[in-house]
Formats: sequence, structure tokens, C-alpha cells
Amino acid sequence: IKMLSRYARSALFSLPKSMQMATRATSSIQHTLKVAEKIEKTREKALLGGGQKRIDAQHKRGKLTARERIELLVDPGSFREYDMFAEHTCTDFGMQKEKYPGDSVVTGRAQIAGRTVFLFSQDFTVFGGSLSSIHAKKIVKIMKDAMLVGAPVIGLNDSGGARIQEGVESLAGYADIFQANVMASGVVPQISLIMGPCAGGAVYSPALTDFTFMVRDTSYLFITGPDVVKAVTNEEVTQEELGGAKTHTVTSGVAHGAFENDVDALMNIRELFNYLPLSNTDASPIRACDDPWDRVVPSLDTVVPLESTAAYNMKDVVLSLVDEGDFFEIMPDYAKNIVVGFARMNGRTVGIVGNNPKFAAGCLDINSSIKGARFVRFCDAFNVPIITLVDVPGFLPGTSQEYGGIIRHGAKLLYAYAEATVPKITVITRKAFGGAYDVMASKHLRGDLNYAWPTAEVAVMGAKGAVSILFRNDKDNAAKHEEEYTELFSNPFPAAVRGFVDDIIVPSETRRRICEDLNMLESKTLKNPAKKHGNIPL
Amino acid sequence: RMRVLACVRFAAHKGLGQVRLASSSSQKKYVDLREDRGIYTTDPINYNEAKFDKILIANRGEIACRVIKTARAMGIKTVAVHSDVDSNSLHVRLADEAVCVGPAPTSQSYLRVDKILQAVKDTGAQAVHPGYGFLSENTHFAADLEKIGVKFVGPNSKAILDMGDKINSKKIAAAAKVNMIPGFDGEIADEDMCVKVANDIGYPVMIKASAGGGGKGMRIAWNDKEAREGYSLSKQEAKSSFGDDRMLVEKFIDNPRHIEMQVLCDKHGNSLWLNERECSIQRRNQKVIEEAPSSFVTPEMRRAMGEQSVQLARAVGYDSAGTVEFLVDGKRNFYFLEMNTRLQVEHPITESITGIDIVQQMLRVSYGHKLNLTQEQVPLQGWAFESRVYAEDPYKGFGLPSVGRLSRYVEPNHIEGVRCDSGIREGSEISIYYDPLICKLVSHGKDRPQALARMRDALDGYVIRGVTHNIPLLRDICQEQRFNEGRITTKYLPEVYPEGFMGAQLNVDEQDKVLAMAAALNARKIARSKQFKNQKRQRTTYVDPYQMTFKFVAELPAEEGQGKAVAVEVKFDKGDDKEARVTLNGKTIAISGDMNLAQPIIDLKADGKALTTQIVGKKAGEITVVYKGTNFKVKVLPEHAIEYIKHMKPKAKVDLSSVVLSPMPGAIKSVAVKVGDMVSEGQQLIVIEAMKMQNGLHAGKTGKVKSVTVKEGQTVDEGELLVELE
Repeated sequence: IKMLSRYARSALFSLPKSMQMATRATSSIQHTLKVAEKIEKTREKALLGGGQKRIDAQHKRGKLTARERIELLVDPGSFREYDMFAEHTCTDFGMQKEKYPGDSVVTGRAQIAGRTVFLFSQDFTVFGGSLSSIHAKKIVKIMKDAMLVGAPVIGLNDSGGARIQEGVESLAGYADIFQANVMASGVVPQISLIMGPCAGGAVYSPALTDFTFMVRDTSYLFITGPDVVKAVTNEEVTQEELGGAKTHTVTSGVAHGAFENDVDALMNIRELFNYLPLSNTDASPIRACDDPWDRVVPSLDTVVPLESTAAYNMKDVVLSLVDEGDFFEIMPDYAKNIVVGFARMNGRTVGIVGNNPKFAAGCLDINSSIKGARFVRFCDAFNVPIITLVDVPGFLPGTSQEYGGIIRHGAKLLYAYAEATVPKITVITRKAFGGAYDVMASKHLRGDLNYAWPTAEVAVMGAKGAVSILFRNDKDNAAKHEEEYTELFSNPFPAAVRGFVDDIIVPSETRRRICEDLNMLESKTLKNPAKKHGNIPL
Repeated sequence: RMRVLACVRFAAHKGLGQVRLASSSSQKKYVDLREDRGIYTTDPINYNEAKFDKILIANRGEIACRVIKTARAMGIKTVAVHSDVDSNSLHVRLADEAVCVGPAPTSQSYLRVDKILQAVKDTGAQAVHPGYGFLSENTHFAADLEKIGVKFVGPNSKAILDMGDKINSKKIAAAAKVNMIPGFDGEIADEDMCVKVANDIGYPVMIKASAGGGGKGMRIAWNDKEAREGYSLSKQEAKSSFGDDRMLVEKFIDNPRHIEMQVLCDKHGNSLWLNERECSIQRRNQKVIEEAPSSFVTPEMRRAMGEQSVQLARAVGYDSAGTVEFLVDGKRNFYFLEMNTRLQVEHPITESITGIDIVQQMLRVSYGHKLNLTQEQVPLQGWAFESRVYAEDPYKGFGLPSVGRLSRYVEPNHIEGVRCDSGIREGSEISIYYDPLICKLVSHGKDRPQALARMRDALDGYVIRGVTHNIPLLRDICQEQRFNEGRITTKYLPEVYPEGFMGAQLNVDEQDKVLAMAAALNARKIARSKQFKNQKRQRTTYVDPYQMTFKFVAELPAEEGQGKAVAVEVKFDKGDDKEARVTLNGKTIAISGDMNLAQPIIDLKADGKALTTQIVGKKAGEITVVYKGTNFKVKVLPEHAIEYIKHMKPKAKVDLSSVVLSPMPGAIKSVAVKVGDMVSEGQQLIVIEAMKMQNGLHAGKTGKVKSVTVKEGQTVDEGELLVELE
């Protein structure tokens, strides 16, 4: 309105100069007013997306609209929308008659806790959120901008799939997004939140991003839906079973977490965002911290059971170690024998990786190796120090693991740790056996500080296994030999005397030690040899 | 390895940066024993008096610690016994020596007379203090000790035998002219006899183990069916708890108070009564809150009860500390219930009001000393309460055991007049093997209101994380009007909470206060999330977060659709993060104080009035705070969410009538059905045992058993599926 009145005034001032100009001036005024009105009208229309009826339908499904989601996700008043006036260009099937300003996606930038984020939010009320050429262009635009300045990208996915009316244009759009995802990978963090259907080619954009989250009961991810599955393989399966949140967070490992509903999901993404650096050239964020960095944690002194075969929950260790027990766990329901996630130590974001003896004795198997490897690589890519808590009896033996390629998959975690140049601090809480000892951020893989708790046992294997090999011909004295082996190897000394652990520390002092080390390691510079890229065993 | 570990752990307790690993076992154990003995003003320790050199404590947990503390204060060396899982327990650390007597199950460790006798011999202990439970009322144990010339710190074995057997004790009590309840004079052989006797006396009746105590092996029956079920359950419980399953039946006095008299006797025929304790606040016959003295007892009644108690003690030649329990009806008639020939759980409240260290007196008289006091010298000073803080879920039947690790644990010792008797510390495990008692929280004040106010403060300042605990219930009772007026009976809980305990019920003002507090803390959380120290991008557009206005929508309770969402505005006064002004429902509440989000206890002020709270959880969009002992999950969302949360769909609930889930962690005692069986609604399907209590689990509907996922002896977690119906 301010702008309008200014134009109007200048037009009025020009009147007396030349009466001849009056007619043109009048039409110019009208034109200006008309344009302004059109802008307002279009804006209003854009804000309504596919219209009130479709918005109501969206709400009825228990889902929020694209704009409502953005409103909850970002700091109040910080959203700057891009391309609100963009329209699709399709003319087939009468599409030219049905256009919505902004088309089926809302894009722009905003702030979360005062830091810049680029985001897109697919609008299911416009053509079912389907991906048109302009939809893809809008997304690619903000992704490029995000890379230019170094800020994360959050995608809120709620789309029926390709805009079939646009044909191959839509496919090109997907590919453009994929290419942008790949270019942005390792440059800025990318988060996908699946808040509705996401099927076919569309699934690969989230799959390329760093983190994929889902909303329970309202989101689905699959290559082909139940109908096609039925037609091709005669398998009867529901949407939920095929690609619901449970499937992907528990069974497939495609999603990194699931939330109760839209509101819960968006609140949680805000929390995650606050842990992340903005780009690969930014330091791991340090936030004001209420928790004393030198807090003694008495409960850690008794967390490892006296019985060396008894299970305990590594999450207990994590929660008491980190600032305020705040831990954003990644993939909490998948491969539970390894715990990964973000936490803070004295305000600084760290990545936590821990074997969890509570599940499958904390062994490394195919799934846990992959889960751990991907997380370690994220941390390394974005300068997040890695704290590794080791209690691992080894790699899981058996045909299913060997046939599944545990060698290849286990190598991923090994590769990830060996490649990582960020600060690496390792605490061996109990078992560190065999090859798995090497893998878990050992000193030999350039661990910066490697500690053992008094309960640590660093050895090639457990006593029973070792004795059955070493003394296979002396089974009668197995017990005696086991005792001897335990005495020799089931303690931190063999590793400590060789310098494979830097110190044996009191568990309750662990927090203090790690906080000191992180401070010291802030100036760590370590570079891998120049290469085009490594060849991780995929 | 364990020894090395133990040293390491002691070293850690010194808590400073320079801690080194202890390499030599000669390093002195560091335990702070500077107990405040200031409360023991009556007959304090006489260091010139002869005493035992060394005693063994045949118990675990808080009572073992309690006995060790007095023994050490007297200069007596102590020996702890423990099961293997207890190797790192507090009582083991406090003692000068420790002996492992077996694996976790009590029947293989703490109840093993042979192993404990061996430990006595090996360590050369001159006396054994049995604490309560376990071997404390085991006559064989006391007699065996006598045989090897070791003192049993408790009454002589004959007195235990006479009083420990409830049938016999009644006869003796009646002969000693103690007031009696009508009942059957003898042991009940089987269910049929139980039903017959019950009918003779007239329902309701109390079925209880002859050897019982502490509510175990005890059931009330109102009809024949309950009599049968109660008989068999109690008998089994008695067997596993006391190794003695003889049963008794007597008239159950409805609506009574439970008041007991502490007595103290020596071997020279001297006996004292140390005033009464009221233990009427009970659930399932287990005490919840005790107080001394009782607000119901008049001085005349006190004297009468005390004198009868002492008559009984004399009649059996009693020579230690003991307790005579009475049921008291509304007309102040009191009836003999039983005599407990041991140190009672709730002895600290008597200590508080008399200034007498009962453990010290037990050790003295056991050694052979005379009591130094006369009855006139026993004071009654002030008022004391004891809250039994248990690891149990008060929302289920006023308390179902829970287990877990105390991930955070801070006792409210800083409050004046407060004493915490506990045997655990941060990091301790509450396991299914033992009693789920966390702590006996005792408050003492000049009068009942002051002691009660201190108890409330202590409960507010108590931090327990990692296990479900009953503080919400304890705190609510301390607030409740009837309790405050002293109008209590053993039926208090079911009468005050007819629907079961459901947490503190808040009025509108209190609700607003909780909402305001949660909103202020959430504002602080959000403001802090903007306080990055190394993110330099928005330098010129940076706004001090404490200068902003935070607009939220807050809802209580957190379940969508249940509560009413209200708009809340939070502003920090002049950017001061300690002064928040919260506007909601048309009023402004000032929340001030250090809103430190890492501290377990937060001392705030709401409009200037003290408000102690704890942040139990701060998930995204949800702050869980403690108010009046109860956890309140408050949803705090950005203001626009007020419209949006309406669209969120409630999640479908699992139909619980067709499944039987384990209500608590425990061991399966028996499984009564197999797949394919038809069961009727209410039929008992499974008996689960946890913390020595047996609980029957019943079918939620009539139907066919689809699956049984557990078998006898198996241990199960809370919420585990046990039986599924079609």
C-alpha cells in the first residue's frame, strides 16, 4: 500500500506539466493500480494453494498444508518465499486452464533459531503435489542458492509423484533435483521429511539426502505401490506394510526416524537442525550450555555390570555423558546394536557412535555397519567431532551375514572411520574384540584420544573362543587356560602398555576428559591425500 | 578384577581432576561417615563403655547401611555380607569387610544360614545384627549363633519363637492381659478349613502367615472365594518369603488404625516403651507413610498401650528392641495384633521424637549392658514423618514394583530436619530380586504441621531418574486435607482415591501456574537455542533472544484433544533471563529464578511465592515439569499451532482386553492356561512374582486362548505380552 501511494503521488505530480499527457497518465495510474491489485490477488491465490476445499481435505487426513508446515518449522516471520508467481507451462489435457500461482511447491529461505535454512514444501492441494517442470526448477533454484551461501536444505515431501500431463518434462525435473542433491551432498546438510505419499522416482531425492524422516500413519515411501506389486508379483500388501514409517524405520533402514504427526515432526526437525553445522566450511556449532563441562558422572562408575557377559544399555552411558541428557538419536529403531546420534559436549555438537550390548550383544553386523558408516561419514563431511563408545564382541558370524556380504558392508564402517579427519575420541567401556576393535575408531585408524575404562578388555577374542583354538588338544584343562587367558588379556593393560589406548580413565571423569579434549582438538588439521574421491566399498 | 575396580571407584569419589587409578589395595576406602548424630541427644554414645569389636550385618540395602553407621560411630568394626550382584552396593562399601554369600536370589544368598555362619566364623565377628526381614526373626539362626558363642543382636531365640509364631504369641499376650481380637486359636491346615473357620468367625477375615510381617503372605477375604484364593496365594508367598507357610485366620477389624508401640528391653529385666508410631497409611497391608506420635492417641491411651506392651515383653523375657502392633478402632479401643521381634523399618521416626539411637541400644543391650534410662527419661519431642520412597508405579494399584537404574539421584538432605535412610546411590540398579525400597525419607519438626511442611519440601527436592517411583503419591498425601487433619485409617488410600491415584489434581490457578512455568522454561530453551557462540552469519540482524516476545500455545495435559490449548506470551524483563513475565488466560504471572535447564532441581518463584520444580523432560514441543510431586507433560508449541493441533489425529489404542501384558518386571510364578483353553472374564491366568509379591493376572474378557508366550520361571519386562486371547 505504501508503494502504491508513492506511485500514485508521482503520477499526480506529473499532471500539471502537460495536459496532453493526462490521458496517458490516467491509464498509467490505472495500469499501476491494476498491476498492484493483480499482485495482491495472485498472492492471495498463491497463499490458498489448491483452494479451501482441498485444504480442508488435507486437514481431514490429519495433515497440515505446505505453508502451515513452514510456519511451524521456521522462526516466526522469517520465511522469505521465492517464486510465488511461478506457473506451470503445460498445455496438454487442458492444463493451461488450470494454473495456480507458485504451482505445487512452496520454496524459499528462512531462519531456524536465527540461522539460515533453505526449504521447499510440496503442496498436496495443488495437483496432489505432483512434480511439474516448474516445481522441479523452484526446488533446484533454492538448492543452488543454499550451496552458494552454505546453508542446509530441508525438503518437506508430500507429493503424488510425477505430473503425468507433463510427461518427460517431469522426469527431467526429477533428474535435475537428483543432480542438485548429489552436488549439494557433503556441501550443505540436506534433510527430507516425508509428510505424505512419496512414490516412484520421487523417492530417490530423499534417499540422496543426509537424513530422511517420516510421519507415522500419514507418510509412505515406495518404488511401486501395492497395486503394481499385486499385478507384478501377486503379493498382497498394504501401503503401510509396504512403505509406512514402521517398515522404513525398523526393517529397511530407509528412514532415519519417524514422528507422531506433522506438528511433532516439525518440532523435532527444528531440534535436529540446531545440532547441525550450516555447511562443510562451518565449524560444528557451539551453543550456550547450562551443564557444567567438568560435571562428575558417578552413575558411569557402575553402568558396566560386574558380570562381563551381562548386558547394559549404552544409551544410559550416552545420556549421562552428554549435555543435559539431550540426544538426538538417528535410526533409533534400526540395527539397535549400534547407537548413533547427535549430542552436545559443553555446548558443542558431537556425533556419538556406540555399540549397544543390550541388543545382539552389541556386535557389528551388516545393518549396524551400514548405519554406523553413514553417520560417521556425515559427521566427517560436516566437521562434527566423533565420540565412539566401544563395547563390541566382534562381527556377527554366520551364513546369513556372510551371504549378505558382511565383509563388504563391514568395510564401509572401517572405511568411514579410517577416512575421517574430524576429531575422534574413543572410549572402550568393555569389550573390544578382534577386527571390530580395529574398526571402532581405534588408535590405528587415527583416533586422536583413545581411552579405556577399567572394565575394558582389548583382545583378539573372548577367553572361551581363544582357549578352544589355542588349546584344542588340551580340553581337560580348558578352565585353567581360560582363567590364564582372562588374567592376561581381559583387562586394559595389553592395549595400554602398547600405547593403543592413551589412558585408563575413571568412568565418572569421562565427561570432563572428553570436554577438555574437544577443546584441545579444535585446532586439529588433518588432510587426506588429494584425490577425485575415494572408492568406498558400496 | 573386582578388587581393582572397587579401588578405582573409591578414588573416583574424591571427584577431582587429579584422580589417579589406585594401584595399591592399601588405599583407604573413602566414605564420608560424618553423619550428623545431633539428633541422638538422649543417652549418647559413651566411648568408655565396653563394646563388641566387630559385628556382622546379615542384611543389605538401607538397613545394613543404617546399622553400619551407628556401629562405626560407636567404634565397632563392621562386616557386610552380600550377593554377587550387590558387590558394589553402598552397604558393601561402607563396611570394613565384605563377604560374598551367593548369587542374587535371596534364597541362595541372604537367607543362607550356613553361608552367613561361615562368614561370621571367617571374619571373627562377635555379634550379628540381622536388620529386618531375611533372618531377623529366624529362631534357628539365632540359636545357631548362640551355639558358636556369637551374639544375635536381637531378642533371645525363645522370645523370637514365642512372638514370631502368631498363634503362640496370642496365647501369651492374652495371658499377659493384653487386649485381644477375636479369632481362631491355631494353624489353618487347608483351604477348606480356612473357609470353615472364616465362616465361624464371620467375614471379613484376615488370612495371614504365622511367620509373616511387612504385609507379605497376608490377604483379606470377604467371602468364601476370596478366602480360598487368599489362602493359597498367601501360603505360597509365605513359603518363598519366610520358608514357613503356616497360616492363621482372625477377625478383620474394618476401618481400623494401625498403631504400634516401640519397646526396648535389656537382659536385666528392664524395659521401656518409646512411644507409639501410627502406620495407618497402607496399601495392600504395606506401610506407605508413618508418623510418630499418633495424632489419635491421648496421653492416657499412650500409657496404657505402653504398659501393656511392656507387660508382654516381660512375659516373654524380651531383651532387645521390639514392636508391639495394635489395631485401634474408632473408639480408641486397641487390640493386640502381633509383636515384631526385630528392628522395624520405621524405627527412625521413634528415634527422631525420642532422641534415642535404637541400633546403639540394641548393640548395648546385646553386649549385656543395662539400659541407662528410666521410663520418665524417655522424651516425646516434636513430630516425625517417614515416607517410604519406593521404586514403584503409584498409578497402578497405589504401587506396582518397577525396576531400573538410578540414572540421576539426589537426596534432599539439605533441608532442615530431614533424614534419608537409603542403601543406594546414583547409578544403583533396582532389581527384581529385592525389595524396591529406595529410601526412607524422614522429616522431624517441632509439631505436626512443621514436620509435614518439611516432608513436602523434601519430596519436592528429591531427584530420582531412571526408575518409576511413588513420590507423586507421597507428595499428594502430604497435601491432602484428611491427612493434614489426622483423620486417617488403614482404609485411607482407597477412600481418598476411590478411582486409584491419578496424580495431583490442580485447580484453575494451579493449572495456570504450571502452564506459566512450562512456558517460561520453554522460552528460556528457545532463547538459549539462539545463543550460538561460533556461528557468525547473522551478525547484523542478530536479535538478543531475551529481548524477544515468545508467543506459544500451551496445553495441559499433553494428549491432544484432552486439554484446552491456551495462548501464552512470555517476555523476559529487560532482557534478564531470570525474570520472565508470562501472560495467559487474561492474567500475568511472574516466573523468576535461575532457569538453568541442566539442574535437576529448579527453585523458581511464581509471583514471588516459592515454587520448586524439576524438569523431567524437554522433548521438542513438550516440557515435563514436576508440580506437587506429579509430573505434568505440558505441550508448548509456536502460537500458530493452536489451530493446527486440532487437525492431528489421535493414535489408535491397542485393545487391552484381549491381551494380558506384564504390569511390571518380574518372574512368572505359574501359568494356568494353555493355547486353546476357554477362559472366562476375570479368570486368573498367570501369577507373576516381583519383589517377593505375587500378583494374579486375569483375563480381560471371555474367550479362547490364542497364544501363551511365557512359561514358568521366565523373567519378563514391564509391558511384555504374556497371553493373547482370540
